[in-house]
Amino acid sequence: MSPTVAAASRTGSRPAARLWRPLLGLIRFAAVVATTFLGLLAVTFFIGRVIPVDPVLAVLGDRAPASAMERVREEMGLNLPLWQQFVLYVRQALSGDFGTSVLTTNAVMDDIRRVFPATIELATLGTLIGTGLGVPLGVLAAVKRGSLTDQIVRVIGLVGYSVPIFWLALLSLLIFYARLGWVAYPGRIGVAFEYSFTSTTGLYLLDALWQGEWEVAWDVFRHIILPASLLGYFSLAYISRMTRSFMLNELGQEYIVAARAKGLSEARIIWCHALRNAAVPLVTVIALSYANLLEGSVLTETVFSWPGLGLYITNSLQNADMNAVLGGTLVIGATFIGINLLSDLLYRLLDPRTHAR
Amino acid sequence: MSEAGIGSGQGTRAWLLSEYPASRMQARLGRAYATWLRFAANRLAVVGLAILIALVLVATFAGVLAPHSPYAGDLAGARLLPPLSPGHLLGTDDQGRDILSRLIYGSRLTLAVVLMVAVLTAPVGLLVGTVAGYAGGIIDTALMRVTDIFLAFPKLVLALALVAALGPGIENAVIAIAITSWPPYARMARAETLAVRHADYIDAIRLMGASPLRIVLRHVMPMCLSSLIVRVTLDMAGIILIAAGLGFLGLGAQPPAPEWGAMIASGRRFILDQWWVATMPGMAILIVSLGFNLVGDGLRDALDPREAER
Repeated sequence: MSPTVAAASRTGSRPAARLWRPLLGLIRFAAVVATTFLGLLAVTFFIGRVIPVDPVLAVLGDRAPASAMERVREEMGLNLPLWQQFVLYVRQALSGDFGTSVLTTNAVMDDIRRVFPATIELATLGTLIGTGLGVPLGVLAAVKRGSLTDQIVRVIGLVGYSVPIFWLALLSLLIFYARLGWVAYPGRIGVAFEYSFTSTTGLYLLDALWQGEWEVAWDVFRHIILPASLLGYFSLAYISRMTRSFMLNELGQEYIVAARAKGLSEARIIWCHALRNAAVPLVTVIALSYANLLEGSVLTETVFSWPGLGLYITNSLQNADMNAVLGGTLVIGATFIGINLLSDLLYRLLDPRTHAR
Repeated sequence: MSEAGIGSGQGTRAWLLSEYPASRMQARLGRAYATWLRFAANRLAVVGLAILIALVLVATFAGVLAPHSPYAGDLAGARLLPPLSPGHLLGTDDQGRDILSRLIYGSRLTLAVVLMVAVLTAPVGLLVGTVAGYAGGIIDTALMRVTDIFLAFPKLVLALALVAALGPGIENAVIAIAITSWPPYARMARAETLAVRHADYIDAIRLMGASPLRIVLRHVMPMCLSSLIVRVTLDMAGIILIAAGLGFLGLGAQPPAPEWGAMIASGRRFILDQWWVATMPGMAILIVSLGFNLVGDGLRDALDPREAER
């Protein structure tokens, strides 16, 4: 029975149910999203307000007079009961107010808006590299299962799972920057272009290409390629492994036998039939690896002095700038959750089997 | 047949692999032996096991194995010596300390972090997951929502924020990693519990009057153990990496403790000229976490033959 027929028969019996079901699903979904984000806020609230013995001490230091302590306590709303503090905190966070950074004296939100595009650019290029190489490698490993190729892909993946990213970053910097001089370092753009080039979106590579500034684009490329390749390697390890497993699953199905019996070429079977079906769960995997790269960028950015959110968080950490740390954590956490939910939604849209239910 | 040949090696093997075990113990030993055979057939897994055994031995006998003190260096005569220098196989760091000795003592920290996290997280995840799965209803929903919230958090970033609030140090790093690591175990244990919850043997035990507590503890939890062990072993590699990352950022073990991640951080300043200071500890991290990954993969294949066919 096709879905339309099923839907029609359902409409016939219970017209109200047809209207309600998607709406109910939507409400449920919204409730899940809301509780997850609220939980995220609760965790950062707990870290920022409950664990430190006295947040006022963290702001003023222990030499401040008692009157000043009292005033700050009131300004921060710390004399209120805990639940009121939390409500206040949620209201502030929802309006994008994470307080001011002690280190930069800017509003944390403004800082994050400034540095976040750098992280996005890095993670996106990393995911592109990881997907572009990881999927073909995984397919190859699945097709030539048990062969030397399979073993090599497996070892590449295993090392990717096991190597400390910051260490690999240091070594690659030593080799490709210091010894070979192939790439540029540090940061996103050379000093020569830093003040002449204005970026409108914050994504330097795209902006430079858009404006037709080829020299700038090349310089930006030389800066981004090494950290992006490293992140790409990490997502490659994950993506190739999952691709292999999905492909093995598909290649064992009966429709593959049918396609072979029809006399289709092996390449067509693998790339058009099997991979197409493996692609649905792969979308989820790629989305997850993108979310992981946002996190992986914390250590990578520190090594490459890449002025993104990760470096912002670690710099703030070193200066005990809790507002900035928690604001950054919240933004990464929210993006992480957002991507997870999005991949969930995408899976449902792409997989026709989930429609029938 | 089974009693006859216990003496010789061949007989023990036959006894273990017997299709008709005479006692419960023989059946259990036989099953363990069959699992071991599957595990041992995987060459990479055996390599991983050797790495882990070596790690435990090195950590235990660090005092005997280390040629020098991990803390006292020779600032005047042995600063930044390259590898293969006489008396310093892996060279020395900026304070004239022997890198090999520091690595050997550092294995204790790595092992301690891994064990502490495993001891703290696995039981919590198991308990939350089995209780949620067995109880169902509102308890299930509540517990799983909490689990999902923690699961939705990026691990390293949450650990960073926690350590920032708690203050740097290896104990706080362990606490932070533990808080971020338990949710996958809870999810997994719940899935396993749901699979066995309506099994006949559970109904039979319930009819015999067993309390829910007893059912969960004695009859549901053991069913989750094998996949839990696999998952924990595989996660150990990630935990070592996060601990090293925290150490690298100066939030884990504090100097002069020979923590591998912190050693990389201190070697970072000399990376251009004295590459070995940062390279050696990274190799150690890579080898150990590779060991955990290999053993985890091998265990999964050995404990779950269905998956191994893939």
